[in-house]
Amino acid sequence: MDNQINCTAAEIMSKPFFNEMYDEAGTLRPHYNAYADWLAGTPSERIARKRAEADIAFHRVGITFAVYGDESTQDQGKERLIPFDIIPRIIPAVDWLALQAGLRQRVKALNAFLHDIYHDQEILRAGHIPREQVLNNAQFRPEMMGIDVPAGIYAHIAGVDLVRAGAGEFYVLEDNLRVPSGVSYMIEDRKMMMRLFPELFSRHKIAPVQHYPDMLLENLRTVAPQGVVDPTVVLLTPGAYNSAYFEHTFLAQQMGIELVEGRDLFVKDDIVYMRTTQGPQRVDVIYRRLDDDFLDPLAFRKDSMLGVPGLLSAYRAGHVTLANAIGTGVADDKSIYPYVPDMVRFYLGEESLLNNVPTFMLRKPDDLKYALDHLPELVVKEVHGAGGYGMLVGPASTSQEIENFRARIIAEPEKYIAQPTLALSNCPTFVESGIAARHLDLRPFVLSGKSIDMVPGGLTRVALREASLVVNSSQGGGTKDTWVLEN
Amino acid sequence: MLSRTADHLYWLARFTERAENLARLLDVTHQMSLVPQSVAAENQNWGAILALNSLEDAFAKSYAEVNAENVLRFMVSDPDNQTSIYSCLRAARENAHAVRGTLTAETWESCNATWIELREQKFEQILSAGVGEFFEWVKLRSAVTRGVTFGTMLQDDALHFIRLGGLLERGDNTARILDVKYHVLNTNGDEGTTDFYQWGALLRSLSAFEVYRKVYRDLITPARVAELLMLRQDMPRSLLACSSGIVRVLKAITNAQSSETERRAGMLHAHLHFTRIDDVLAQGLHEYLTDFMDRIYDLGDGISRDFLVPAT
Repeated sequence: MDNQINCTAAEIMSKPFFNEMYDEAGTLRPHYNAYADWLAGTPSERIARKRAEADIAFHRVGITFAVYGDESTQDQGKERLIPFDIIPRIIPAVDWLALQAGLRQRVKALNAFLHDIYHDQEILRAGHIPREQVLNNAQFRPEMMGIDVPAGIYAHIAGVDLVRAGAGEFYVLEDNLRVPSGVSYMIEDRKMMMRLFPELFSRHKIAPVQHYPDMLLENLRTVAPQGVVDPTVVLLTPGAYNSAYFEHTFLAQQMGIELVEGRDLFVKDDIVYMRTTQGPQRVDVIYRRLDDDFLDPLAFRKDSMLGVPGLLSAYRAGHVTLANAIGTGVADDKSIYPYVPDMVRFYLGEESLLNNVPTFMLRKPDDLKYALDHLPELVVKEVHGAGGYGMLVGPASTSQEIENFRARIIAEPEKYIAQPTLALSNCPTFVESGIAARHLDLRPFVLSGKSIDMVPGGLTRVALREASLVVNSSQGGGTKDTWVLEN
Repeated sequence: MLSRTADHLYWLARFTERAENLARLLDVTHQMSLVPQSVAAENQNWGAILALNSLEDAFAKSYAEVNAENVLRFMVSDPDNQTSIYSCLRAARENAHAVRGTLTAETWESCNATWIELREQKFEQILSAGVGEFFEWVKLRSAVTRGVTFGTMLQDDALHFIRLGGLLERGDNTARILDVKYHVLNTNGDEGTTDFYQWGALLRSLSAFEVYRKVYRDLITPARVAELLMLRQDMPRSLLACSSGIVRVLKAITNAQSSETERRAGMLHAHLHFTRIDDVLAQGLHEYLTDFMDRIYDLGDGISRDFLVPAT
């Protein structure tokens, strides 16, 4: 949950935004008809009561994103909730089918790209992407060269962030191919919605999402090393103090697999074992929620206490599958993002179904010139930055800030990309003063194994602060249940 | 099951049980202090609790005088004392949190609720409300956690390790309480007169007062109290009941390397099973209990080596 959507109050005031519920004339969009009827016919006291009930239930279950502060703080043992909004984000079947086709295509191309750059590098030889953009990228892992991973799948789980802008067209903001999180909120939001308002589910035909853990487990089992009949799958977590620990326990429990930490595993003769009360037990597939850098202190960061010494060696020997594979970060890097449509063309011979946000690569002189001329309108990001760090949001910045940033760009243009500021779509949302429009995004979770599958919808995040376009949970973002209506 | 998971479950149970028995020990000491006696004698009883847990030095670092309030503060609320009720319940909660996916929601919520409620109670409040009330609360929370655990969890290895931790700790703690109180109360030797109220308090602190009445239908004598708390299979907190439980659980979780630990548990059990209280008292109760505690410690070591922190 680390990306940030960039826009500003000024932008929001000056531009019309696509509203998920109402069209430009203020007329209800047809797929919201039944919901709006229900909302109008439901006493506000009942809504208020149900919203309070949701809060209590989420607290009791402990559905949280930040675990503890340190020993000394008052917050220890108190867990913060991600606010949940009871107005769903509704997507008509026809829109979803188009998105689904686009996501399949995109993730297929990204996996093909990863396979290619860790083998023959044809796309580089064909000159579609400059070699140094890939090979000098910090996320490129030379250790992966020539390794054949089961089914050629690198990104088994992708969390593709989509936003809607303009007249409602979808854009990919970011392809998260490392350890995307948030799927537990998607499932818990649905459970909560069904518990609070069961009548809504008889009024609508809403595509179910709760079978996601089953799909994930099946997917992980299909990518086990060759010859393994009944693979042992485990979920590797950094531990109880990781911000996504709730999700790790949730998924392990739902799939019925062991939740392991690095110290629970060891490698002997290139085989991975877990320490159990019945002695060592062989592990075949590791769904790891730990970054590449920490996986193996012998191969990557020496100071990692979270990893498993010798894991890379076992992996290279083909004795264990890691999901996602090592080195997927090179494909979701900001400097590679602009080339995804080229990948779709190169590997699949198709035109990309999903839009990329137009991106200026400032290492190119023409792009640099344009960007420098239009800084007040643009968002400028560091190529390797994350979480909104080292970023300029032109429309929200003072001319002094822009000039300071201009100097940094001119000094090292290759470190930056620039994009137009997007006018994100919004959706009615409960806030303190009542119901108001708030901006949102969508993260579907795409599973790649023998086939590419996903549950309909995904996680909708909503920026709860007025005019904010930041949906991060750490920045006061909330979530909504996401309904894909079946025809 | 994962060794680390088993380790957390085992310690979750040990710390929960330890907090409960600490409450029992402090409660009986508190009750005994309510009958008229010299200040020196009373303070000696409080000091005995520190000695029992080898905490005299740790105590002396922060407290000038051994008296009721200081020892209570140290043993109830002091976060720096790893053996305080506060520290035990914190450790129980931390262990539960680390394996919450293995616990049922009820068990996790019970541990978490205990910890949250404990943090809200300041020592001064506990003191002014009456420490007895607080000890009741600790025992009740322990009972709730145990109840939801045995009432909701799948009867698999996870439950076995919880049971194992609880039994080991309980056996050890019953021995400790008996050891420290028996000699305080039995200064006249086994033939002397006994104080009904004092012995009654000891039995009550181990929830054994009514049990005693039911089993013996007679006056309270030190030898019978010792017999009840040590050698009765049907008394759930007795050393014999705990040791036979340990043997049973070890059988259920047996693995390739645990035979020596199982043998030692069996020896301990057989020893208790075929012993008469007269022999124990003749040999010396304190010596017998010390030996028992050493053996429990040794079993804990074996369990840790065989199951919880195995060498690769």
